[in-house]
Amino acid sequence: MLEIYINNRLKEKEILLMTHIVLGYPTFEASISMIEAMVNAGVDLMELQIPFSEPIADGPVILHANQTALVGGATVQKCIDFAHNVSKTFDIPFLFMSYYNILYKYGVERFAFAMSRSGIRGAIVPDLPPEEGMDYLKAMKAYDLSPIFIFSPTTSAERMKYLASFGRGFIYCVARKGVTGVETDFSSQLEKYLVRCRKATDLPLALGFGVKKRKDVEYLTGKADIAVVGSQTIRLVDEKGVDHVGDFIKGLVV
Amino acid sequence: MIDRGYYGEFGGAYLPEILVATFDQLVEKFNEVKDDPDFWREYTDIMSTYSCRPTPLTFADNLTRHCGGARIFIKREDLNHTGAHKANNVMGQGLLVKRMGKTRVIAETGAGQHGVATATMAAKFGFACTIYMGEVDVQRQRPNVFWMERLGAEVVTVREGTRILKDAINESFRDWVTNMDTTHYVLGTTCGPHPFPEMVAYFQSIIGKEARRQILETENRLPSRIYACVGGGSNALGIFQAFLDDSVELVGVEAGGKGLSSGQHASRLSSEDASVGVAQGYKTYFLQDGDGQMKETHSVAAGLDYVGVSPILAYLAATGRVRFEAATDLEVVEALSLTIKKEGLIPALESAHAFVQAFKEAPTLDPSEIVIINQSGRGDKDIFTVADAFADPEWQEFIKKKAEDYDA
Repeated sequence: MLEIYINNRLKEKEILLMTHIVLGYPTFEASISMIEAMVNAGVDLMELQIPFSEPIADGPVILHANQTALVGGATVQKCIDFAHNVSKTFDIPFLFMSYYNILYKYGVERFAFAMSRSGIRGAIVPDLPPEEGMDYLKAMKAYDLSPIFIFSPTTSAERMKYLASFGRGFIYCVARKGVTGVETDFSSQLEKYLVRCRKATDLPLALGFGVKKRKDVEYLTGKADIAVVGSQTIRLVDEKGVDHVGDFIKGLVV
Repeated sequence: MIDRGYYGEFGGAYLPEILVATFDQLVEKFNEVKDDPDFWREYTDIMSTYSCRPTPLTFADNLTRHCGGARIFIKREDLNHTGAHKANNVMGQGLLVKRMGKTRVIAETGAGQHGVATATMAAKFGFACTIYMGEVDVQRQRPNVFWMERLGAEVVTVREGTRILKDAINESFRDWVTNMDTTHYVLGTTCGPHPFPEMVAYFQSIIGKEARRQILETENRLPSRIYACVGGGSNALGIFQAFLDDSVELVGVEAGGKGLSSGQHASRLSSEDASVGVAQGYKTYFLQDGDGQMKETHSVAAGLDYVGVSPILAYLAATGRVRFEAATDLEVVEALSLTIKKEGLIPALESAHAFVQAFKEAPTLDPSEIVIINQSGRGDKDIFTVADAFADPEWQEFIKKKAEDYDA
């Protein structure tokens, strides 16, 4: 179970690192190089985003990566096959991240089965609140997979508890309003929010949106369990190339 | 979350968590006003003093003679302020924004009609305003960009995706998830997450309420058929709703583009090319591939050039209550030309889709019967697009000359 892995890992490290890549961006070959570099640099778990044409929760960097991957010929089946290979090759948990239409069109049950068969441990579906996700939750449960739910600073205490009651593995806490890949203010307000999240659930807390340097990860140590680095790695690949990923991640590991 | 807004299997609210609280507030406020007779009175008052409501129902005697069948009436939404039915929705949501105490509005626009209407409302109510518009649409609808900017709106060109209406909607959501405390997203059509389909249909229902009263007053009978073009579906639902319980056939006309077999169209309900999916926060028929990636759409009319369709219309299609047809770009230009010459009316390219189907069917009906066409907007203000659709050589010469003058 994902939760057990995370809790065991937390006995060795104060904060874990989760990274995010868009499958097929810039190519599937580059995706594999990035994963290899990240795992070697000490990443604890990874989100693999299956590209979608309408990623409304993503900012310009990941949006562009989604579109480029699709133009480059990334299909859902290619992504699943790719994930199957990496989960066999690398000894960390991998999660899928995508929008609900990808699961819906593939068939929610069939998608969960494919995840399970490929060794993928859970999924983050940002446009699927539990109210709309009963089929999804049922399928995830049937295959012993972790549906990751999201808290935001606008989520009430009551709703946090409601969301946590469906979540497994960990809770993904969005640091602020807005989309991915924009500046986050690592301030006392963020700390208060994380205290609020902690009160609502016993699940480990991951904090994402705007985490991009070692100082950010240090700030989160003791406040969250997992720091999530998303857009910043993709930005780095855009600007400097895949070769720089390893050193960047090593620099983040506290 | 309070209410999911399902119509059969269509609709819902597939929201990122960050927006859930904002939608809860919106649902609550909308429920408060929709049963409040004072709010509807305030709404109809402002529509009659600031816009041109009730809009007339015009008997098209020349077109009736020309078609030689049912008598043709035209509901004149083109006579609204800013030239289209979009004003109905925008003013209604504007009043709601005032009640919510927000100070800024954002909107997507395709043809530019909804953007201009929103910018106008923002100017009148004193709201800050940002309009998102795909790069392709900015190029084909420059005059509307000009007016939005004069009205004080910031127009943001969207260069992502297919650079048309759906991409402008995505960018509006991205703005909203950042600025929801001060900002309301004035969605322009009966799509998106609940409560937007219901809310926009509610404000647009004024069209059908008037049309039903008008036809009963003047003709003392109901029409046999009503025709409306369908992009997102707001003008169609606007006129259809008042007739749902009557034995009146309701016909929605989608953009057939270069023909349904060409793949270059925006026909979700009248072609076999669309399938059920979830995007932009709601479930409906989308023009998408087997993986669920949205396809490129095409129409001569920017306002119909959209991958999804109202979940309410998807439901009414499934139950058979509304029939859906498609009109091609070529048919649209012909129908537009005929209407201009016969009646001196200039429908928007979007609205002309409804005219195409009415002209096909009117001759098959008895002269004692009546059909109503919803003229959702006027075409004269889209002179650049209409002139291109007609491929008018003298107009092209004029534009070339004008460009030379600027260069001189």
